[in-house]
Amino acid sequence: MTEFLSTNRFEPSIIGFLCHWCAYECADAVGRSRSQYPANLHIVRVMCSGRVAPHFIMNAFKEGADGVIVMGCPMDSCHYRSGNAQALKRMTLLRSLLPAFGIDTERLQFAWVGAGDTKEFIHRISSMVGALRALGPVGRRAVP
Amino acid sequence: MGRTVPIDPITRLEGHGNIKVIFNDDGTFKDIFLQLPDFKGFEKFCEGRAVEEMPGLTQKICGVCPTAHHIAGVKALDDLFNVTVPAAAKCIRELMHHAFIYEDHLLHFYFLGGPDFLVPENHPPHHRDFWNVIAHLGDEFGKRMLRTRRRVRELHAAISGSPLYPVCGLPGGVSKHVTQAKKSEFKKISQEALDFAQETIALFHDRVLCHSRFSALLANTAFENHTYYMGMVDEQNQLDFYDGVLRVIAPDGHEFCRFSGSAFQSHLAERVDAYSFMKPLYLKKIGWQGLCDGSSSGIYRVGPLARLNVADRLSTPLAQVELDHMIHYFGGRPFHHTFAYHWARLVEVLYAAEKMVALTSSAQLTDPNIRNLPVAIKGAGTGICEAPRGTLIHHYTSTNNGIVKDINLLVATQNNGAAIQLSLLNAARTMLTKEPFSDDMLNLLEMVFRSYDPCMACATH
Amino acid sequence: MFWCASCGGCEESILDLSEHLFTLREKAEIVFWPMAMDTKYDAVKALPDKDLTVTLINGAIRNNEQVEIVRMLREKSKIIVAHGSCAHQGGVIGLANFFSSSALLDRAYKDMPTITDPGDVPSNTSKLNGTRLELPAMRRSIVPLNKVISVDYYLPGCPPSPELVKDALFAVLSNDLPELGTVFGETKALCHTCPRLSSKPEKLKLTTFKRLHEVEWDANTCFLTQGLVCLGPATRGGCAARCIGANMPCRGCFGPLDTDADQGLNALSMLAALLEDTTPEGLDRGIKSIPDAPGLLYRFGLAASILGGRFQGGK
Ligand code: SF4
Ligand code: SF4
Ligand code: SF4
Ligand code: FES
Repeated sequence: MTEFLSTNRFEPSIIGFLCHWCAYECADAVGRSRSQYPANLHIVRVMCSGRVAPHFIMNAFKEGADGVIVMGCPMDSCHYRSGNAQALKRMTLLRSLLPAFGIDTERLQFAWVGAGDTKEFIHRISSMVGALRALGPVGRRAVP
Repeated sequence: MGRTVPIDPITRLEGHGNIKVIFNDDGTFKDIFLQLPDFKGFEKFCEGRAVEEMPGLTQKICGVCPTAHHIAGVKALDDLFNVTVPAAAKCIRELMHHAFIYEDHLLHFYFLGGPDFLVPENHPPHHRDFWNVIAHLGDEFGKRMLRTRRRVRELHAAISGSPLYPVCGLPGGVSKHVTQAKKSEFKKISQEALDFAQETIALFHDRVLCHSRFSALLANTAFENHTYYMGMVDEQNQLDFYDGVLRVIAPDGHEFCRFSGSAFQSHLAERVDAYSFMKPLYLKKIGWQGLCDGSSSGIYRVGPLARLNVADRLSTPLAQVELDHMIHYFGGRPFHHTFAYHWARLVEVLYAAEKMVALTSSAQLTDPNIRNLPVAIKGAGTGICEAPRGTLIHHYTSTNNGIVKDINLLVATQNNGAAIQLSLLNAARTMLTKEPFSDDMLNLLEMVFRSYDPCMACATH
Repeated sequence: MFWCASCGGCEESILDLSEHLFTLREKAEIVFWPMAMDTKYDAVKALPDKDLTVTLINGAIRNNEQVEIVRMLREKSKIIVAHGSCAHQGGVIGLANFFSSSALLDRAYKDMPTITDPGDVPSNTSKLNGTRLELPAMRRSIVPLNKVISVDYYLPGCPPSPELVKDALFAVLSNDLPELGTVFGETKALCHTCPRLSSKPEKLKLTTFKRLHEVEWDANTCFLTQGLVCLGPATRGGCAARCIGANMPCRGCFGPLDTDADQGLNALSMLAALLEDTTPEGLDRGIKSIPDAPGLLYRFGLAASILGGRFQGGK
């Protein structure tokens, strides 16, 4: 699923799991304010970042995503109280597994943004795209 | 370009393998190859693992001798963490190890190698199996054998968590102590085991030793290999399965060398062949001189026959008496006859049972102090013990945080790897001079390697 | 009975039927069992299709010869049972999938201190004084049995307990079979039948985990409650808490609860939820207190996981 958007340079594809209450709102706000976030990001809306199971992440890599980012509300303002804290713990442990699977830890990121933090949102996505351009495409499953 | 006759798969042993017998165009015997097609890569995929998990992980190399790997692995951890083991833990580990050796040797005699001699000669090769052994020895005896083996495995499970895969080994001791109640139960089981061991010895004498085919084979020098022998002995040069020094004797019986711990690296070397995943071992100081025996060849043997050659005596009375019978029968030591492995194995069944009885009467067994906590990490450790099929060496190195850097495993059947092929070559040269030849002759080749009780999963790990 | 890349332990779990072997012999004729019976491949190939009532296959798939044989056995058998963790999930040897096959071979046959003159490496075809010899080609990675042939039932565990094997065998032989694809064993996690469950609080909070060689522990209290990693909550019950009985924590050999789930990730979520301190340093300390998370969480189930092992090609 590696897309070549602009020149024939490698363009990483990033799956973003965004929580409905803050992150997804923030993405919308970016769109409404007529600024843009890189087209590499493909958004999957979830009710809360705590709903993002590690299986979603690994399946994204299996399907060829070059990077995955999980975005939720700032630490103490999750709509479901501690959903983002659960996600932080889970993603941090999952990140420590990735090198064994031959996947650079830079390929899994998480960010906590309020509905209005549009600048932070654009910055996080663009810097991730930059990092993944340098890393190149994610590998392929060896297992049939 | 001649003809290849495959024996595929070789059966009634542990693991995969096949034998290729090669004939010239004129039908005369040319060559024979033992091929092991399996490989798993334990020596690589254990890198990066937590070192304290090694005894539980490396034992998955072999489900027929997992306790041996567990013991060698946990002893390597004792060394790596520089921790001594309290007496009770040593006693518990030894009881578990001897119970395992006892029932695993019985597995070979009644299920794997033994049926070739326990089933009457008029039965075709593919009838020589455990069912027909029982049909011939009677259901009542068959049930008693199964029951004894099950009881001993239950003793093993009560100590270690499973009849098969022990999990109780920890650096500096074991995870579970033995209660007084368990001790008396273990004592009863050990006595039953000893009684059955004596019954098996008697059965061997009147059903196998005087079985015309077996005694004819024993008289045939084509099945002798004058190799070196290696095994573990204690300070008095008595056989010891759990701890001690590795002693190597020359084909003429004189001591060639002795070493322990990580010194193995300057005495033993592995050979790599393109046609098989097995890495046969040889004596480094003599070097690899090809498939030949004698004092100038680096080929040596391990396992029951080797241990009875290397040990001056056995520390238990009944087993020593049986060893004396062997010495008398063969007119002295060292024993060189490959089929004598069967007899040596049963001497060890007797020895293991006597050790079980002794261990289950020792006060140390129920001492609650079963563990010393490690306080340091040396970062390198060697663990050596005698597995049923021969000497087993685990060597680990780790980071200061206890993550495995690398492991080196020299596993029982590897020591016999070259000797097995040598025995097959000698047997084929004398038996299969010219085609055509009967199935029985081909089956004889399988009987040669079954004497070694080879474990192919171990040999390739 | 047949074994692929196996250790022989599953074969022993059949022999552990002990006296029940007699009843097994009355109910069934055993045709093919290389470990215990001298039947050659050609004899099995000659059998008509679906001639065998049931074949228990243990061990994972490592080389192409095993693929051929299990495909042949699939044709010859009405029922195929994946017997043991290796056939069910790839087993411990599935950890090889964290490495490329060349890395596995180079370590074993080249850069090993006890190999003094590294020459040949085992290879598919070789020649020795005029004779051409072949070894079955190693597949790029280990896969569980159901990735190569259709499997009717699964006997989990490393090895499955003899009672489980007995139930499965006699269920097949008396033809009262559960639903296709059933994994024998329980349908709940190991904790439910664990003798230590009562000492496991509803809401457990930990800051770090401890390692087995660092601490002593109480022989009756739940391991997780004592801060020791135990995979019981993410593992199917059915082994009668075998390791717990030896005062050691569970390593998950009975596999996940839902048949083809990724056991490593289930265990990951379970352990992550227990960590209380989410400050950067606290969380880092908590995560680092699990030594070798990949090797521990995927001890038995790597080959059956979503990624199946190390990605090739990328960084
Ligand atoms: S599941 Fe366990 S016992 Fe069975 S073959 Fe695999 S490693 Fe051996
Ligand atoms: S976590 Fe482990 S020790 Fe605790 S109840 Fe579950 S299985 Fe038993
Ligand atoms: S306690 Fe866990 S690792 Fe031990 S046998 Fe049971 S399921 Fe397997
Ligand atoms: S709702 Fe946004 S993280 Fe929970």
